[in-house]
Amino acid sequence: MQGFVQNLIYGIQLGSLYALIALGYTMVYGVLRLINFAHGDVYMVGAFMGFYACTRWLPFQDLSAHPEAGGRNVALALVALLIVMAICALLGIIIERFAYRPLRNGLKTADAHFWGMGIALPIAARLAPLLSMKGMFIWLVLGLVLGFALRPVIAWLSKRIKLTSSRLNALITAIGVSLLLENGGLLVFGANPNFVPNVVPERNLMLPGGIQVGSSQLAILVISLILMGALRYIVLYTRRGKAMRAISHDIEAAKLMGIDTDNVISFTFALGAALAGAGGAMVSVLTHIKITPLFGLQPGLKAFVAAVLGGAGNIPGAVVGGLVMGVAETFVAASKYNTFKDSIAFCILILVLLVRPAGLFGKNVAEKV
Amino acid sequence: MLTNLTYNLMIKRLSAVGTGCVLALSMLATSGCKDHSGGGTANSTEIKVGEYASLTGDTATFGQSTHLGIQMAIDEANASGGVNGKKFVLVTEDDASKPDQAQSVVTKLITQDKVVAMLGEVASTRSMRGGAVCQQSQIPMISPSSTNPKVTQVGNYVFRVCFTDDFQGAVDAKFAHDQGYKKVAVFKDLKSDYSVGFSDVFSKEFAKLGGAITNVQSYQSGDTDFKAQLNSLKAGNPEAVLVPGYYTEMGTIARQAKDVGLNVPLLGGDGWDSPDLIPGAGTALEGSFFADHYFATELKDPATQTFIQAFKAKNGKDPDALAALGYDAGKVLIDAVKRAKTIDGPGIRDAIAATKDFPGVTGKITMDANRNARKSALVFQIKGKEFKVFKTYTPEQVGQ
Amino acid sequence: MNGSAGQARLHSAPSSPVTWWAIRLATVFGVLGALFIASKILTANIDPYYFQLIILSGIYITLAVSLNLINGITGQFSIGHAGFYAVGAYVGAAWTMLMQPHVVKSLPILTLGTPAGDALNLLIALLLGAGAAGLAGFIVGLPSLRLRGDYLAIVTLGFGEVIRGILLNLDVVGGPRGLSGIPGLVKSNDLAVFWVFLIVVLVIAVSRNLLQSVRGLTWLSVREDEVAADAMGVDTTSVKVTAFVIGSGFAGAAGVLFAHFFTGISPDYFDMNNSIIITTMVILGGTGSVTGAVLAATILTVLPELLRPLKDYRMVIFSTTLIVMMLTRPQGIFGTKELGYGLFRRLLPGRKEPIGGKGSL
Repeated sequence: MQGFVQNLIYGIQLGSLYALIALGYTMVYGVLRLINFAHGDVYMVGAFMGFYACTRWLPFQDLSAHPEAGGRNVALALVALLIVMAICALLGIIIERFAYRPLRNGLKTADAHFWGMGIALPIAARLAPLLSMKGMFIWLVLGLVLGFALRPVIAWLSKRIKLTSSRLNALITAIGVSLLLENGGLLVFGANPNFVPNVVPERNLMLPGGIQVGSSQLAILVISLILMGALRYIVLYTRRGKAMRAISHDIEAAKLMGIDTDNVISFTFALGAALAGAGGAMVSVLTHIKITPLFGLQPGLKAFVAAVLGGAGNIPGAVVGGLVMGVAETFVAASKYNTFKDSIAFCILILVLLVRPAGLFGKNVAEKV
Repeated sequence: MLTNLTYNLMIKRLSAVGTGCVLALSMLATSGCKDHSGGGTANSTEIKVGEYASLTGDTATFGQSTHLGIQMAIDEANASGGVNGKKFVLVTEDDASKPDQAQSVVTKLITQDKVVAMLGEVASTRSMRGGAVCQQSQIPMISPSSTNPKVTQVGNYVFRVCFTDDFQGAVDAKFAHDQGYKKVAVFKDLKSDYSVGFSDVFSKEFAKLGGAITNVQSYQSGDTDFKAQLNSLKAGNPEAVLVPGYYTEMGTIARQAKDVGLNVPLLGGDGWDSPDLIPGAGTALEGSFFADHYFATELKDPATQTFIQAFKAKNGKDPDALAALGYDAGKVLIDAVKRAKTIDGPGIRDAIAATKDFPGVTGKITMDANRNARKSALVFQIKGKEFKVFKTYTPEQVGQ
Repeated sequence: MNGSAGQARLHSAPSSPVTWWAIRLATVFGVLGALFIASKILTANIDPYYFQLIILSGIYITLAVSLNLINGITGQFSIGHAGFYAVGAYVGAAWTMLMQPHVVKSLPILTLGTPAGDALNLLIALLLGAGAAGLAGFIVGLPSLRLRGDYLAIVTLGFGEVIRGILLNLDVVGGPRGLSGIPGLVKSNDLAVFWVFLIVVLVIAVSRNLLQSVRGLTWLSVREDEVAADAMGVDTTSVKVTAFVIGSGFAGAAGVLFAHFFTGISPDYFDMNNSIIITTMVILGGTGSVTGAVLAATILTVLPELLRPLKDYRMVIFSTTLIVMMLTRPQGIFGTKELGYGLFRRLLPGRKEPIGGKGSL
């Protein structure tokens, strides 16, 4: 019995992380009907940003030398979390602007600058380590130059091509962006695994029944709940949130009502990315797992299944889906079929799509002829 | 007499396959466009040796250490004039710690760089993949530190200069027995032939010595969450847990073991040997043990110390067991090239097979009938930020 | 039955069955002979590196053209193709490494090392691999009938991963550690190239002939507007499932070739990345164009090798190309056009007009 409850707790801890990522998937699907494949990689970027924040950017003190600095480190960790969320929100906005908006609205000359920065990134990475003053400077300058150079190219292109934005095109673009982030990450961060050292004091708490909960896991759970609560508040009680809900209901009507859909869509992406980034940062800093540029792929896919399970576009559904996925995976891992723990996610996906494509909480929309 | 209809039919059929042929041929034309440089047998003024190693990726320190050792051996040989006036050229390729990539870079080294011998790899799974290619192409391969017995079973062109897990697993079993453990759990990495083989040998040998395996769980390298399996292992109340995996996961496994309350020493093998082991684990591996090759900086043997000093002078840091084995593999190969009747694959292979009592810095190396070397092992304990020699085991001591 | 203009016949019997069969057999033998000669010419004194490249290109051409059957010709978006590739590779390897040693005792003709034995073994491996992959395609295709568009894409992705997951758990073929040391079954380079070319020509011929036939039209109609096709009486179910079966079968054949000519396989090789690479080849060439698929597959296999110094940037260039293609020319290089039939017609003497006069296909 103790084993069962213990595994349940682990499952919920894992599930809360999946839920954070799944929220991003479900929100974007809600407003754009787009599966943002690149979302799992935002989680990865968040993890790396957390790693850099704790090892390079912020003055964390070595706890083994200065045990009393625990409180200060915790405060710094929260600051790091906010920084990471901001960076990832920005990343989300960039992805939307750079890859998905041209599919909706056509190529605009302003997009040239994003393309310029994008092309400049690997070149700058080659010339100097990106996360240094020199690297950043080269990237900025090169990006601006290329941006201006590309403006006439984009202008010429946008006159000649007619973009047919089918959902399939958007899906393929999303896959492309995901690959770009992963392989770009390999270039920027390197392929070797990284570990965040102990920066936050960690203790094990004993609950009645011999059940152990680590303070880190508890922190992840609590912070996830706070973030989800904040999201719920934004979606239900703010104007932007109302606009999001309007757009996910009927985007044309929303436009007619005077909602600046592009702005709100960017905001949606930013929100989702911030949550995923927070998840990534927490996982890297608090659980010290191995971080590589490709490690966002699996959790991303599983979180996507969670979103589909809960009903794509349904926010509480994503949370429930995430928890279900986490618990399912943990119980499979604890059983003797543990080599199936990654495949179970896809089995669930196939089952859901064949039996009830709308998910647990979604509405079944008949396809109109 | 062909009617128009049949004619058109024929055209249709032919055009379909014709297009295919035209396109296929054009493809070949484009790929064959590059000029065929070299081609044929090895250059007569140099001896090209290939090395495939995991310089990046999950087990990057393995490849990096081994490479430094091999490079030193090659440089020493060239400094003393090479063999018959011919210098060695080492061509190194990174396999990013991936077996598929190991296979493709070995193929590339053999077909494009035309090496006459191969050095590599550390991970047994990658050695097996590379070894299969070497065996088919009749290029001899020496693995510096792959320990799974199946590596040399690939064929008579594959050798190793270290012991096998038949021995290493038995060492850990004897050690566990000597420490007084009666119940041990096993946590193996299914992605690694090394880990699976090691666990099997350990389980058998430990049972022979009267011990009991409480529970066997598995993970896959690349996993990040082991708590469910560790919780299962805890339920059996083991006195120690054997985790014969690679260092990359050990840190997380050790931490999570403490998190679930599994506060027993962990046992491992040479897969733990890495400078990145302790940083990843923090204090979670304190007091744990692992078996390793017979090399340590505190060994007083003069040949060993000479090597250590020379390595330090060249690379600025102490060598570890993998670097020492890389060095030995390189030296054995060079010695074989000296003795080889012809400097090609088969000639070098026969010379390697005849290696007897070669004085390596990791012990005397003789290629037995299975192309393995018979060596002793050390058991290290992790104390603070260092590995300390705890015990020595010879093959005789474990009944081999 | 003279070819009188005014009667639009796309595909009807010639003057006598004998002529019909004579032409067919002549074509087949002609092609086989041409392949044999071509492979001998190409592999004379060839650098083993380029030999590997040719084999790999052939395999990827097969994969791309077979995916094109599913994606391009019937319009079902499938991004789990590596799963069928894997099934073929593993079943073929399982035959050669696990089953053949038992069967050879009762059928000594199958002994490895003899030319007949090798060829027979490879043939059996191909048939088993393609068959198993085709079966997998059937299993994947059937439930997918209920889904459209990106939901279908996701489900095929899921199936691809599930197949990989199953293979990860099959210890009998090595599980996560993979299977190495698969015997090559071909003694010489030209024989290997011959086999690869055979499969390539087969898949191209099947695709092209399908496209040019009446049946091909029904397939295209499913792509263009499935509901309308259904209303017109086309059995969309059978069309879609057949596409999956044939496409996956050829992918399986490609897998068998890969397993035997590259000595080792592991489930990690057949991952989502590989599926995406194959899908990119089809998209780049133009979903629906066989020529496009062939060209794109060749370019995308050969180019990374030529650009080896830029090895780290390979996937970055890849993914950027994908994004740029989607934004600027989503229909690919060739769109739905084909190279070949028109070209041949203009080059060869005879009728310049299609049967039935201008205005028909």
